[in-house]
Amino acid sequence: MLTALTVDALAEIPARLALYFQYSFVWYAVIVGVLIALCSSLLGVTLVLKRFSFIGDGLSHVAFGAVAAASVLHITNQTLLVLPVTLFCAVLLLRSGQNARIKGDAAIAMLSVGALAIGYLLLNLFSASPNLAGDVCSTLFGSTSLLTLTQTEVWLCVALSLLVLIVFVLFYNKIFAVTFDEAFAKASGTRVELFNLLIAVIIAVIVVLALNLVGSLLISALVIFPALSAMRLCKSFFGVTMCSAALSVLCAVLGMLISLLAATPVGATIVAVDIVAFALACGLGRLLHR
Amino acid sequence: MAQITCQNLTLGYEGRAILQNLNFTVQAGDYLCIVGENGAGKSTLMRTLLHLQPPLAGSISLGEGLGPRDIGYLPQQTLVQRDFPASVWEVVLSGCQGRSGWRPFYSRRDKALARRALRRLEAEELAGRCYRELSGGQQQRVLLARALCAAQKVLLLDEPVSGLDPKVTAEMYRLIAELNRRDGLTIIMISHDIQAAVSYASHILHIGQPVFFGTRQEYLQSEIGRSFAEAQEVAAQC
Repeated sequence: MLTALTVDALAEIPARLALYFQYSFVWYAVIVGVLIALCSSLLGVTLVLKRFSFIGDGLSHVAFGAVAAASVLHITNQTLLVLPVTLFCAVLLLRSGQNARIKGDAAIAMLSVGALAIGYLLLNLFSASPNLAGDVCSTLFGSTSLLTLTQTEVWLCVALSLLVLIVFVLFYNKIFAVTFDEAFAKASGTRVELFNLLIAVIIAVIVVLALNLVGSLLISALVIFPALSAMRLCKSFFGVTMCSAALSVLCAVLGMLISLLAATPVGATIVAVDIVAFALACGLGRLLHR
Repeated sequence: MAQITCQNLTLGYEGRAILQNLNFTVQAGDYLCIVGENGAGKSTLMRTLLHLQPPLAGSISLGEGLGPRDIGYLPQQTLVQRDFPASVWEVVLSGCQGRSGWRPFYSRRDKALARRALRRLEAEELAGRCYRELSGGQQQRVLLARALCAAQKVLLLDEPVSGLDPKVTAEMYRLIAELNRRDGLTIIMISHDIQAAVSYASHILHIGQPVFFGTRQEYLQSEIGRSFAEAQEVAAQC
């Protein structure tokens, strides 16, 4: 009987999806999701290899604080406040990180935990919302907000994603040189500080974008998992970048479809799919390189 | 006019001098070995020659049309690189990055340069391989090819044989000597290995107390050179 039930449920899936996709907000969500997944995966390899992943994590907490401040101030388009604040902190973190490694670590911890605490405090003190816990939870873990995006937000998101893509393609070779060997790049005349700054700025933009999709606590997962999976499978930087982008988009689409059908939280579902993909990539990588 | 002239150079970090009043010159086609104890300031000198940090006092002047970016650099390997997913071709080509300025992609000339560099180091067949899967000696050859892409006149090598086994070490020294003799590249090499220094180099700069700079023959006859070479011989016999 159980099997009959599952077969029935499976047979229903195409019809249900067709129904969902009649609504424009579902299309918006999918388009935005794919773009965010694509952008966030591109720099993943660089972040992992440069030991910058913690900067992404720190920035996502800063973004949470900024979102809290924006909602207290009743700013309708939160991105307009969150983006500048996150950009500023990205530059700040990179500057402090360059002087000394340990000092940089501590600075990131301070800034991220501080932003988290202040953000929560602000929400508690000034929020007029009847469902405070729900608000906090949806900012931390993402929510159905992906389905309630306004057209302006969608366009802003598309514009920022395209910008990230263009900048990444134009500076791909320089990002590679700076990631692989900073000392050599600097000695041979590449402007290393400038490109490190560029990388930090792109991370900040990606964090703000991904905030819509998976919420601030899960952003790092979106950045790091596809890159780590791709590193198990591919042998060239170009291959890893391509593979990571493809995996990330695939996982995001799968995750969004599953969350639509099973009514699970979008962000957590996408990350769960990313984890499964990572496990598969590990297995496959071991088989390939034996 | 010499290619590189260092006058009354004082080196150090954050205002603290490690090494003072350093004078030496490098002529085109020289093979200079920089030797000395750990902490004597070898790496600081190298970083200063590469313009990665400014000297505390004194001057480095470049002659014979040598620009500050015409020095190819073979750094010591970092931990990041051991697990870096990149093909050999990508690594070698990245040597052309410094010269390409704001141009986003590599030109045909860059690619030809990279191919030639690989050929000169007898590493053509490695081009498609994954960098992290190569042996230590092969990785060094690839990085040397990258340095050749960045500069064609002077190479600065930071302990190019550290961590290599004796056979590969000899091979590496042969390749470097060939670049020096056949292609006329100026070589500046930091080394721990005095034996190799006195058998390959044309000039030796010994930093520490006292500083010595001169040709290989002068070094072997000097007091500091003799005592250092003997110490290493004894160490080798033990």
